[in-house]
Amino acid sequence: MKFIVKYIKDIWGAITSLLKGMRRTLYYFTHHKEIITQQYPDNRDTLNLPERFKGEVVMPHDENNEHRCTGCQACELACPNGTIKVIFKNEINAEGKKKKAIDKLVYHLELCTMCNLCIEACPSDAIKMAQTFEHSVFDRNQLTKILNNPGSKIMEGVE
Amino acid sequence: MYRQTDIIEDNRDTAQGNFVINVGPQHPATHGVLHLVITLNGETIQKIEPHLGYIHRSIEKMCESLSYRQFIYVTSRMDYLSAHINNHACSLCVEKGLQVEIPPRAQVIRVLMDELTRIASHELWWGAMAMDLGAFTPFFHAFRERETINDIMEETCGARLTMNYMVPGGVMHDIHPNFQKRVKDFMQLYKKKINEYDELVTGNVIFQNRMKGVGVISAEDAVSYGCTGPVARGSGVSSDIRKIYPYEIYDKLEFDEVLETGGDSFARYMVRIREMQQSIRIVEQLIDNIPEGDFMTKTKAVLKLPKGEFYSRVETARGELGVYIVSEGATTPYRIKFRSPGFSNLSILDKMVRGGKIGDLIAAMGTLDLVIPDIDR
Amino acid sequence: MWSLSHITNEIHEWLSSTFNPTWTLIFEMVLAGVAVIGLFAVLGLVLVIMERKVSAWMQIRLGPNRVGPKGILQSTADTIKLMVKEGMTPSGADKFLFNLAPFIAMIVAMLLMAPLAFAKDFQLWDLNIGVLFVSAISSLSVISILMAGWASNNKYSLLGAMRSGAQIVSYELSAGLSVLSIVVLAGSLSVSDIINSQADGWWIFKGHIPAIIAFITFIIAVTAETNRAPFDLAEAESELTAGFHTEYSGMKFALFFLAEYVNVFIVCAIGATLFLGGWMPLHIGSWDGFNHAMDYIPSSIWFFGKTFFLIFLIMWFRWTFPRLRIDQLLNLEWKYLLPISMINLLLITAMAILKWHF
Repeated sequence: MKFIVKYIKDIWGAITSLLKGMRRTLYYFTHHKEIITQQYPDNRDTLNLPERFKGEVVMPHDENNEHRCTGCQACELACPNGTIKVIFKNEINAEGKKKKAIDKLVYHLELCTMCNLCIEACPSDAIKMAQTFEHSVFDRNQLTKILNNPGSKIMEGVE
Repeated sequence: MYRQTDIIEDNRDTAQGNFVINVGPQHPATHGVLHLVITLNGETIQKIEPHLGYIHRSIEKMCESLSYRQFIYVTSRMDYLSAHINNHACSLCVEKGLQVEIPPRAQVIRVLMDELTRIASHELWWGAMAMDLGAFTPFFHAFRERETINDIMEETCGARLTMNYMVPGGVMHDIHPNFQKRVKDFMQLYKKKINEYDELVTGNVIFQNRMKGVGVISAEDAVSYGCTGPVARGSGVSSDIRKIYPYEIYDKLEFDEVLETGGDSFARYMVRIREMQQSIRIVEQLIDNIPEGDFMTKTKAVLKLPKGEFYSRVETARGELGVYIVSEGATTPYRIKFRSPGFSNLSILDKMVRGGKIGDLIAAMGTLDLVIPDIDR
Repeated sequence: MWSLSHITNEIHEWLSSTFNPTWTLIFEMVLAGVAVIGLFAVLGLVLVIMERKVSAWMQIRLGPNRVGPKGILQSTADTIKLMVKEGMTPSGADKFLFNLAPFIAMIVAMLLMAPLAFAKDFQLWDLNIGVLFVSAISSLSVISILMAGWASNNKYSLLGAMRSGAQIVSYELSAGLSVLSIVVLAGSLSVSDIINSQADGWWIFKGHIPAIIAFITFIIAVTAETNRAPFDLAEAESELTAGFHTEYSGMKFALFFLAEYVNVFIVCAIGATLFLGGWMPLHIGSWDGFNHAMDYIPSSIWFFGKTFFLIFLIMWFRWTFPRLRIDQLLNLEWKYLLPISMINLLLITAMAILKWHF
């Protein structure tokens, strides 16, 4: 007799536990406001990425096409992957002296792991992280970027 | 025609009516590129032979050519589900070598991030394990909570998975002004939804039957195979590094080491479920008590560890992660060795499911919570 | 009242007045064949999109919402994709059996359509052993699965096929016994007689608790028989990758896929016929006013409404429960379902003899 009571109790417990789960899924089936899907390409306009989001390295320029990079190579040294290459040129300034300045700051986005070490290393805040993230391109060469604008020069007073 | 099984197949086994199946490297239940060669007799498992190395990226060797600041980011790619905790272990080891005290604010932030990562990792495990057992819905429910944590991480650390937030001397940025509010919101959500986990999975009779008595690890085996983390604690072996060798401020916090004595898959499952609640408890204690002050100690631009050997260990979501650095006094480590939890936990797989069914293998493997890049490194 | 039977009668009269009886019969058979194939295609499309939407909403997702309005053309697009895909045959496979298996699955599903009553007087073949015919044919579906698993020359497929064999053979018993309990109550094997016996109330209401137990057993058993989760051991995605159809691709895979959904439809239609009165509207004893009001809803809507309710129930199971292990699956059948349905059949027989039912 005990065996039969246990048998029936087992079945009852099993059915109630299954019904509990079914009640939960039915709740979500009928409550569509709980849906959390973001419809990504459609919500591009309202998509807010936090300001710290690490998308790619950029070099901000002001309205006079001037940047703050002194070419100290701290970012190049800090980078674990060899993502950044600084190429120099010799510039003759107003006083007729030769001065070393950056020609190109080459940034390989395809190698970058967004570790933020270059930005931490930069003493003059010349580079920062941008919040862009749609980086896919058809040609890999397009991912090799030159961060300083053509014809740009270093801002006055940045050493 | 070339077939891999021809090579692996052992004549002795097949003569007894056994046959060999390759589970993986592409298989839905291995969650990565793990390759298990299993010998079956009908549905019964006779032998399991894990083949590793499909995602070996030689992270240890790579670290030897990177400076002490740089190598930390690579370790996020080992156990990518507890990236923060990996970075934490490396930072701890470097700080040990430099003999740097890190400010109390940074310590609290680090512990908070670790515990949030642990919750996120266990959430993913919970969903993935239910999916291994054939229930697809819990996966999406778990992702709802995990997504909230990822958003918090994104706001403060700038990335969702591989943050590189812990640096030698502290943390990279201060916490975001919204951080405390969002963590509290998350805890509200979590407490509201935790009952659903019981309704959907834990209490389910099919789930319990699949888990109870399956993949039993005795306490002796757990010790001798070097299991750590929830796998060892499910067998009643106390192995929580946060309790045994407290680092940062863990010795001042109130939390319990979760121990279950069953040793079966269900015990390991319950350990992780209860561990999430303990993590919530830790976060609750800290979230309103973040001390003011610096978030980073000033360190030299180029770090040089003194000549010697340094070891630090932390408790990741999967078990004990040890970082061992041999320094020759240069700017790069001479040798780095990671003692990853997944590798030791995987080694017990053959022992625990031998004689079980294929379904048992999947259930037991799910409760080991394997992350393959952590095993291969 | 609008009814499908008017259409069939008109077609029959027009054909008989135009051709001699032999040609009439041939044309009607061709028409029926085309209608069944058409129903197949439509059912496949509707059920796939239904399953995807049900699963999505249960999983707090949106589900397909890109192709067509609200994504209803998604399954059409998928079908087109599957049709243009290459159907590969593995080099070590038994080519004849490998290519035959999906068609057998399909033919079995088509044969099962014959005795279903879709609406009042709308039935392909009202044979006097309709329920027996269904039980007999549905057990053939295991052959296609075994054939596919064996011919694929893949160990995963073989394991899936063997699991499926054990599963279908054992679950047929309790499905058969619960069908039998309604046969005992109705006193006939003919589908139309069973439906007519429910004119004053459906068997699930008239048969007290034993009928409800028989209904639950039936639903569990047919879920297992159609290889749906939580009994999808033949496929078992996380264990056997895709089980018996691991090696199938393109249209051959689509046929298996379609056959699964059509089988679900058929077993649900049979469940609706036996327990919920088929096309019979909801009638309660002698409440004539209420019964008349219910008669205004077309019988085809009653049939499809009940069937889709049961299909939803089976989908609901699939998206809630984890999968059983093979030994637990067999335990459930032999230790629980079979004894229960046997005792239940005894109770129902006693009830039918003593006329305790309404």
